[in-house]
Amino acid sequence: MNKKNRILTFVVIIAASLGSLKVLAAAGAACGSFLSEDGLTKGECKEAYINPKDKASLQRGAQVYMNYCLGCHSLKYARYKKVSEDLEIPLSMFQENLIFGDQKMGDLIQVGMDPKEAKEWFGNAPPDLTLEAGLRGPDWIYTYLTSFYIDESRPLGVNNKVYENVGMPHVLIDMQGTPRSVCKQIPAFADNGGIKQDPLTGEQLTEERCGFLQVDNGTGEMSTEQFDKTMLDLTNFLAYMTDPLKVERETIGTYVLLYLFIFTMLSYLLYREFKKDLH
Amino acid sequence: MVTKLMNWFDDRLPLTATIERHLTKYPAPINMNIWYLAGVLLVVVLVIQLASGIWLLMNYEPTAEGAFASIQYIMRDVKYGYIIRYMHTTGASAFFALIFLHMFRGMMYGSYQKPRELLWVLGWITYFLLCALGFTGYVLPWGQMSFWAAQVIMSLFGSIPYIGEDLLTWIRGDYLISGITLNRLFAFHVVLLPLALIAVVFVHILALHEVGSNNPDGVDVKKFKDADGVPLDTKPFFPYDVMHDLYAIGVFLIFFVAIMFFYPDGGGYVIEYVNYEAADNLKTPEHIVPSWYYTPYYAMLRAVTFPLFGLTAKFLGFVVMAAGIAIFVALPWLDRSPVKSIKYKGIYSKFFLALFVVSFLVLGYLGAVPSTPARTIAAQIFTVCYFAYFLLMPIYSKYETCKPVPDRVQLG
Repeated sequence: MNKKNRILTFVVIIAASLGSLKVLAAAGAACGSFLSEDGLTKGECKEAYINPKDKASLQRGAQVYMNYCLGCHSLKYARYKKVSEDLEIPLSMFQENLIFGDQKMGDLIQVGMDPKEAKEWFGNAPPDLTLEAGLRGPDWIYTYLTSFYIDESRPLGVNNKVYENVGMPHVLIDMQGTPRSVCKQIPAFADNGGIKQDPLTGEQLTEERCGFLQVDNGTGEMSTEQFDKTMLDLTNFLAYMTDPLKVERETIGTYVLLYLFIFTMLSYLLYREFKKDLH
Repeated sequence: MVTKLMNWFDDRLPLTATIERHLTKYPAPINMNIWYLAGVLLVVVLVIQLASGIWLLMNYEPTAEGAFASIQYIMRDVKYGYIIRYMHTTGASAFFALIFLHMFRGMMYGSYQKPRELLWVLGWITYFLLCALGFTGYVLPWGQMSFWAAQVIMSLFGSIPYIGEDLLTWIRGDYLISGITLNRLFAFHVVLLPLALIAVVFVHILALHEVGSNNPDGVDVKKFKDADGVPLDTKPFFPYDVMHDLYAIGVFLIFFVAIMFFYPDGGGYVIEYVNYEAADNLKTPEHIVPSWYYTPYYAMLRAVTFPLFGLTAKFLGFVVMAAGIAIFVALPWLDRSPVKSIKYKGIYSKFFLALFVVSFLVLGYLGAVPSTPARTIAAQIFTVCYFAYFLLMPIYSKYETCKPVPDRVQLG
């Protein structure tokens, strides 16, 4: 075997191993019975286009979280002070508007609710959400937040497409309006992938599909677009919570890589000089 | 001045002799190739793990109540704590990736054959210790996957006939996996196992320098020496190999750092997503999956689905899994081939080695995905293939026709 072949074998084996991991990683991340807007895919999460560098989005997300979520869901591994620094919210403003009760800036973000009582109320104590975005992924959170619908058979009157029979009330219903699970006519597809047409008139055929989400007109404080955008901000904030130092880490990482490129180049030149002795 | 200082030391310690023996006069074959890098990179990773481990220890709290929160404390409140932790988690995966390549190199070039049997056995012990270190370390963050992986692995001891249940309680130190279990795994992970690993690695390198490095041709470079008694087809380890390795370490660190800073989760393989949730003994995760480097053996464990000779399937699976790790140690005595390197071995050796690699990768895949009946059958077939490489070796390596081995190493 010559040198080229040897290196090739080496690369192929490593690539094959990494490749098999890649296939595995693609599986999973299911979003329950969530139906995409065109009605073609079921159970796939919507993509959450979030940006950890977008401070304004993070600030809006924090505002929603502190006002609507913190009543039940703690962020008990994070501290108020760090959030205010990272999100560039002035301390005094943060203290006045985003801290409730007698908590101190250096405290961990806890809730006052007793977990035992919470279990009685909701069937399960509301989980801490510091690491939720790591556990479920931002796409899941975004889809979940926008997938509540009215379901009178449930004790709290709402259900969720992503997390069926979840014990959580739709806290943001005033903001969103009244979401319902509805049926719609969508274009019917033939087996060959084309749109089905009536053989006589040439008209496009449709079929009924159920499980779409629709908000009753004029019931919410926000339009659907506004609400989705707000939920993206909230998702962004939760993603930040899981990985608060992502931006700093990647900046440092870039410098470390630059250093290593130079180091490797120099060590290669050194190696080349020494190699000359050998022949 | 320097000479005087060296003399002072040499009178009290074999300093110059040691440097010469292990560095400046250690003869390294000139035809060593890219596969030989895994060894030196393993030493680099060992140092990374020891250093980052010590710093993690400064803020980690080994209690069931505090462990999970202390990891988050390291990740958030300790200055650059996340760098230290990601270094350690990435290092763990790198350790296994490299030791697999290192072992494969040995299998390919017959590095376990006489006179390197003991060297191979010592290396196998480091692999075993690494598996133990990986497992104990994995439990320490006390997330859901930590807890349930510990539950699954430890329950294997409970499947041993007659003594199983009592043994299990003794190992756990409790009737369930608990803080007591965490404490003892912690003690093993930070004291016993690393100490043993360092000691065995040290002896491994001593043994290597006693018998000398093998090479891709599997020929004995000590047969032909020049007038000074230096083997002809070798170069001194320092500076030639050291300079070469320095360059290789640079390339390796680029990949290492890229994962560490930009993909610290490694797509859920370096750090499992389920471990973002604190351990909860009332809530079982949907799929319990071990770390990627154990998945081939996990697939073997699950492949045994039938009881035999009055022994439970679980116990038999445990035996097969343990045998899968243990059987490497027998390689020097299974190989009856007159030649070392795969380059000169016959077609059967090549076929079975390829079959082994394929089996290992396929089992690794099967161990990471939920099992279905079809996947279980596949796992059974490839488990048999995996063992066939070892168990049939005395036959195929003895009766195949090998190519003639040259006297001296071949370049290019």
